[in-house]
Amino acid sequence: MSDDTPATEAYDRRWQRILDCVALKQPDRMPVAFYATFWLAKYGNISCRELMYDYEKIKEIAERAVLEFDPDVYSTLVLSTASGPSLEAIGFKQLQWPGHGVGDNQPYQYLDREYMKADEYDDFIFDPTGYYLHTYLPRVASAFEGFEDLPVFPGLHYFRLIAGMRSFAKPSVRAALEKVIAAAEEVERFAGHHAAFTARMGSLGYPCTNGATAVSPYDFIADYFRGARGMMTDIFRHKDKLLELLDKCSIFLLKQTVTAARASGNPVVFIPIHWAPDAFMSDKQFRQFWWPPFRKMLIGMIDAGLIPMPLWEADCTKRLEIIRDVPPGKCIYWFERTDMVRAFEVLGDVVALRGNLSPSMMTTGGPEEVDAAVRHLAENVFHKGGRLILDCAFGLPDETPVANVRAMFDAARKYAG
Amino acid sequence: MNEEEKQLVEWLAEMNEDDALALAKRMLLEDGKDPLRVLELCRMAMDIVGKRFEEGEYFLPELVLAGEMLESIGAIAKPLIKQAPGEEAKKLGKILIGTVHGDLHDIGKNIVSFMLDINGFEVKDIGIDVPVTSFIEEINGYQPDVVGLSGFLTLAFDSMKETIAAIDGAGLRDKVKIMIGGGQIDETVRAYTGADAFGVNAVEAVNLCKGWMGAAA
Repeated sequence: MSDDTPATEAYDRRWQRILDCVALKQPDRMPVAFYATFWLAKYGNISCRELMYDYEKIKEIAERAVLEFDPDVYSTLVLSTASGPSLEAIGFKQLQWPGHGVGDNQPYQYLDREYMKADEYDDFIFDPTGYYLHTYLPRVASAFEGFEDLPVFPGLHYFRLIAGMRSFAKPSVRAALEKVIAAAEEVERFAGHHAAFTARMGSLGYPCTNGATAVSPYDFIADYFRGARGMMTDIFRHKDKLLELLDKCSIFLLKQTVTAARASGNPVVFIPIHWAPDAFMSDKQFRQFWWPPFRKMLIGMIDAGLIPMPLWEADCTKRLEIIRDVPPGKCIYWFERTDMVRAFEVLGDVVALRGNLSPSMMTTGGPEEVDAAVRHLAENVFHKGGRLILDCAFGLPDETPVANVRAMFDAARKYAG
Repeated sequence: MNEEEKQLVEWLAEMNEDDALALAKRMLLEDGKDPLRVLELCRMAMDIVGKRFEEGEYFLPELVLAGEMLESIGAIAKPLIKQAPGEEAKKLGKILIGTVHGDLHDIGKNIVSFMLDINGFEVKDIGIDVPVTSFIEEINGYQPDVVGLSGFLTLAFDSMKETIAAIDGAGLRDKVKIMIGGGQIDETVRAYTGADAFGVNAVEAVNLCKGWMGAAA
């Protein structure tokens, strides 16, 4: 550790660098983030499967990594990896993970499918909770199979409410409830390990980069409900219903995000963005479908005192002028493949920036190339007034050689304090 | 091209799905129009869609919807084709495509396959998480002109490198051109894997293949 001051002071100093960046003030040095998922398996010399299942091991490896690289902030290292027992308990169907569809040394992967049918828009819009209980949850997680037999709650009243209770005596519902309770207990253990790790790292002086995560309304429907093909054709075939649903989602997603972020005690909300890239839709489609419901969420989060941190995946250069439209000094925009110098030119007076060492360079290049790439960002963004939090394009790629990670952290100190 | 034919091309190119499908159905099922002519009109419309994509007017949603419209029309037209053996249109070349081992992503690969198909290539899509040995077997059996390796995750860099090394090891490297594509692919990855070229979208993949086959891009 480079800081030999007491842990709280070190913690506060590191966190202040992030807050300074957000407030568009010059921090005392360029903060560096340590974001890793399955890279930790490589670092700890264990399989991806072990990383997903062994709570104690992941905590030990993650702590070792944070202490070795001494970042200003680290990502939710336990929460982002050790979900194996929970996924199993829930019978999660949207992911394949080591031992469940992919090999022991592969990361988990999402299955792009149509989880909501095109003719179900009305059901979802009319009663999102009912749609979740009766249709969506049993489709995406086997623990909920049986919830189809739950009563339709709105309308139950007086003696009809008593009659409605009968559904809970059905074997299918009882079995589902038992599975859900067992899964909840596992998730509670998982969350406990995350909380314990966060507290432990806090005591060592290291803040976690974010508390809650969120999703944009468009990505929520595209990724988790309609699937890529369905969503892209809905833009033409079900335009009005899609817009209505996106607007509704922006309300309940915001509510859920604010609650989760407040419970976490950390104001930063990490929002991976999948469907905004330049190549994915036209400027007109972006302005009509993608941006307005998301902006509404951003403003809602800011009003609630939170710090939204969208990670704009792929190249979003053409979106920069549009996404500039947020109050200054309130957000961190993390870019994956958008040129950071260009992002700084367009957004430098509005948001803090995060990123974006290239995955191909980090995995196939050597320490000298990493050093040069960090130097480029330090000289052309940070030292020119960009409030940059250095990171890779989307955290450390799983295959990154350890020497390149060392080079990244060393170069950050060498070129930017 | 008569007015009705022009109308079909325009509606398809403008993403006017309901009118385009109704007209194509009428032409095929009521008016007894030559199904090969209707499919040719579809290809003309797709040329316009592809051009608008290259010019930055159209994006993935238009490519996907156009693909689905063509699928619907093709499903009606193809059974009506009365073709003598050997009369099939000559293809520009044979493309073998798949997502490399360890990676399950296929959205981009499927769009590339479809665009190659409607641009006159014979395409064999061998799916996702394809082992190195399957690529070798398929190259030996199918004898493609071009092999397309797809991958979205960073682990695909090594899978692509291994696949290309194995193709080389099997003595097949000189027989095929190899293109790679996917969310993280750039020139650094192309050089690392030893591929001949990379593309960032489906139209680039089509142009690469046309270039290699000596067809006008």
